[in-house]
Amino acid sequence: MRIDFKLNGKDISINAPGNERLIDLLRERLNLVGTKEGCGKGECGACTILLDGEPVCSCLMLASQAIGREIITIEGLSDGDKLHPVQKAFTETGAVQCGFCSPGLIMSSVALLDKYPNPSRPEIRKALSGNLCRCTGYEKIFEAVEYTAKQKSDKKKQV
Amino acid sequence: MAVVGKSVIRSESGYRVSGAGLFADDMKFYGMLHAAIVRSPVARGMIENINLKGILLKDGVKGVFTYKDIPARNAIPVVLDDQPFLAEKYVNYIGEPIAVVVADDRRKARAAAKTAELKIKKLAHLIDPLVARNHPEIHLFGKDNIFKHLKIRRGDTDRAFAECDVIIENIYRTPYQEHAYIEPQAMIAIPFPDGSIELRGCMQCPFYVRQAVTMMTGLPESKVRVIQSATGGAFGGKEDVPSLLACQVALPALKLQKPVKLVYTRSEDIISMSKRHPAWIRYKSGVTKDGILQAVEIEYIIDGGAYSTLSAVVLFRGTAHAAGPYRCRNVKVDSYAVATNTVPCGAFRGFGSPQILFAAESQMDQLAEKLGLDPVEFRRRNILRVGDETITGHKLQNSVGLEQTLDKVIQVSGWTPRFQNDDNIGYGFSTVYYGVGLGAGGKHLARTGSRVIIHADGSVIFSVGTTEMGQGMTTVLSQIVADELGVPFEWVSMMPTDTSRVPDSGPTVASRSTTMSGNALRDACIKIRNTLNSEISEMLNCPVAEIGIDNGVVTVGAKTIPLLDVIKSCSSNRKPLSAEGWHVSPPTSFNDETGMGDAYVTYAWATNLVKAKVDRDTGEVKVLKIWSAHDVGKAINPTLVEGQIEGGVLQGLGFALMEDMTVDANGAIRNSEFSTYIIPTADDQPEIVPLIVEDPYPDGPHGAKGFGEQPLMGIAPAVANAVYNAVGVRIKDLPITPEKVWLALRKL
Repeated sequence: MRIDFKLNGKDISINAPGNERLIDLLRERLNLVGTKEGCGKGECGACTILLDGEPVCSCLMLASQAIGREIITIEGLSDGDKLHPVQKAFTETGAVQCGFCSPGLIMSSVALLDKYPNPSRPEIRKALSGNLCRCTGYEKIFEAVEYTAKQKSDKKKQV
Repeated sequence: MAVVGKSVIRSESGYRVSGAGLFADDMKFYGMLHAAIVRSPVARGMIENINLKGILLKDGVKGVFTYKDIPARNAIPVVLDDQPFLAEKYVNYIGEPIAVVVADDRRKARAAAKTAELKIKKLAHLIDPLVARNHPEIHLFGKDNIFKHLKIRRGDTDRAFAECDVIIENIYRTPYQEHAYIEPQAMIAIPFPDGSIELRGCMQCPFYVRQAVTMMTGLPESKVRVIQSATGGAFGGKEDVPSLLACQVALPALKLQKPVKLVYTRSEDIISMSKRHPAWIRYKSGVTKDGILQAVEIEYIIDGGAYSTLSAVVLFRGTAHAAGPYRCRNVKVDSYAVATNTVPCGAFRGFGSPQILFAAESQMDQLAEKLGLDPVEFRRRNILRVGDETITGHKLQNSVGLEQTLDKVIQVSGWTPRFQNDDNIGYGFSTVYYGVGLGAGGKHLARTGSRVIIHADGSVIFSVGTTEMGQGMTTVLSQIVADELGVPFEWVSMMPTDTSRVPDSGPTVASRSTTMSGNALRDACIKIRNTLNSEISEMLNCPVAEIGIDNGVVTVGAKTIPLLDVIKSCSSNRKPLSAEGWHVSPPTSFNDETGMGDAYVTYAWATNLVKAKVDRDTGEVKVLKIWSAHDVGKAINPTLVEGQIEGGVLQGLGFALMEDMTVDANGAIRNSEFSTYIIPTADDQPEIVPLIVEDPYPDGPHGAKGFGEQPLMGIAPAVANAVYNAVGVRIKDLPITPEKVWLALRKL
């Protein structure tokens, strides 16, 4: 079937079999391999993308469910070589160890900060509790979210 | 010293957040096929017939391979080589590989593998290691089902116990722990027309993979090249088992002359890959009234699963650490790794020590209470200090920062003996230690190589044989190289670890990368530095002794010149700025028969303090805060050290409270996905206070010693001690679930 949707700011039109998962379309046919598959069952969050701004597991979606929607993947966050502030914060606070869960956690963090520019610790915990990380113990990931929020509010104050 | 000791940003984190394709499953090669594995559905059986003809007719299938197709030996080399790569006549655990199916698409391969017609006659199987040990009829390994028996005999325990004022004896149990690295196992084999083959995948030990593939194929080592791809967490779970995947892709790749990729599903990964050994521990300890630990007698049994893999060396580490970091003159340890019809267990952060330290540290608090001493005072009377001997008789000469970690935790937390028992809140301590490097258990592997090149433009590239798996080795080693050469950190980068670049450097395990590869890199850098020095001496007409190089600037007296000028001069004068380095670990003297001698070259030390609240109505334990202090010798990068502490502590908390993997009567793992095997989420994390102590290790680079495993090791007993302190129940069987606490509270 024909699938038309917006992907990382660009219009996409592609044929997809009815049983193709969105993650497979992204990774295998569109070569957007930043979205990771950790479990294939919506349990680890490594495949998190933004669907109309909401974080969802792309392993639980059929490609056809993207019709008419806007999807952003990890590749769509950075502007060329310039990293998104959340990506940059992850590197600066030491929130990345192996990096396999990082794209999913970054997508969930972006979605959180878009909704709540200054989230509290409990809000961050809840928002990221669908993304498993086995390396970091989460502390530096929380710090990355808080650091991004603070930088944004500092910038606003300067303006 | 420009960057060692500073929290520079990880060299590789920039491209890890960008979504770049670094992991094995992100890579594609022309004509690549996909493999899937046919596995045993039974715990023990005799294979009567395998009919794979139907599979060959399935859509997209390009081949099916069994043990009959193996060109050379059907064995996975680890310690005893008793594990076949593909089952022949017998299967010994659920999930054991029988055949490899290859198709032009991953889904087709997986679907086809499910249709294999297997006729397997079920045989009586063994699940419980206590039943399996010395089983009269069922023989899985040798006559007694014991892969390895280790012992320590020190002093005279019978006489010492007779003189003790307090003796306690308990049985402890700990369950499986699954690594739960977020990246499932993945491997690609690429054949070349010259008959060679390249393996790319997630792994800790490229040289293990090379050995396995050479043994299975019969190819010489020069024809098997192994390159580590980005590795999405390992924790021991990618130590020996990637050898299985490598053979599973190498066989069809060579037969079909096509690249073959294999990625395990999460459930497949959980049922068939290694785990932390479940353990049973009988632990007897005795003290005299003055609060001195006089004797311990320990029986330690670990469930090795169907094949021996790493069990013998896991057992060695557990045995050497059996009494904890205390002086104890009378020690008797008997430890056993036992065969059962379950998935082979192997390496997991701590490597046989977290189980026994759970028992040892639980005992310490019980002894302290019976003596009327607080847990800190009792530990102070017994902990190891410089000049003391470990239970194997290793006399500690230096770098024993244990008491400093204890002091630091007390200073930062403000803990006092009166600081407890409010509102069902309790505090629990643990003091632990970790033998750094392979030690006597793997001394034949205790060497590493390196290669360093300064290119004519000043950029520096280095290669080592140890691997990055998220722990931060790339950055730490880059910092060491930058300072050794006197170049800015930004000039330095690391090649992906590749068996063709350095000689066999052993595995990336046992927290050994910083010390081993760090020292090998220093060796190479010193050689290059000599070339630079002689060039500078000629250029500036000065004695070598007066030359300083730091951060890309050469200083001789009051004069400075850019180091780049020297590098360019070397290039135009055709002097190579390239060298190989090598490091061999200092000797160990441990004797397998007596269990005595130096077991490791040095030790890392730690103190943990857990603050926990127990809900008396539900039995739930909520850990509120953990202080965790570690003597690491020297923190080359403090942020990375903190990351190791925070991550390890949370894995330890999972082991303590929630990770509860069990096997049913048929030998099947009950928890084969993340919805049934629960690991800590962002919402489960308590406040963790990482604390760094630096008591330098003279043989380590800049005084550093490895410690990455240690943060996990002492958390479970500290939680158990905190629960006791809070509500007076002692849980001796991990994990400390609400059900166990609730039941224990009802029995008070």
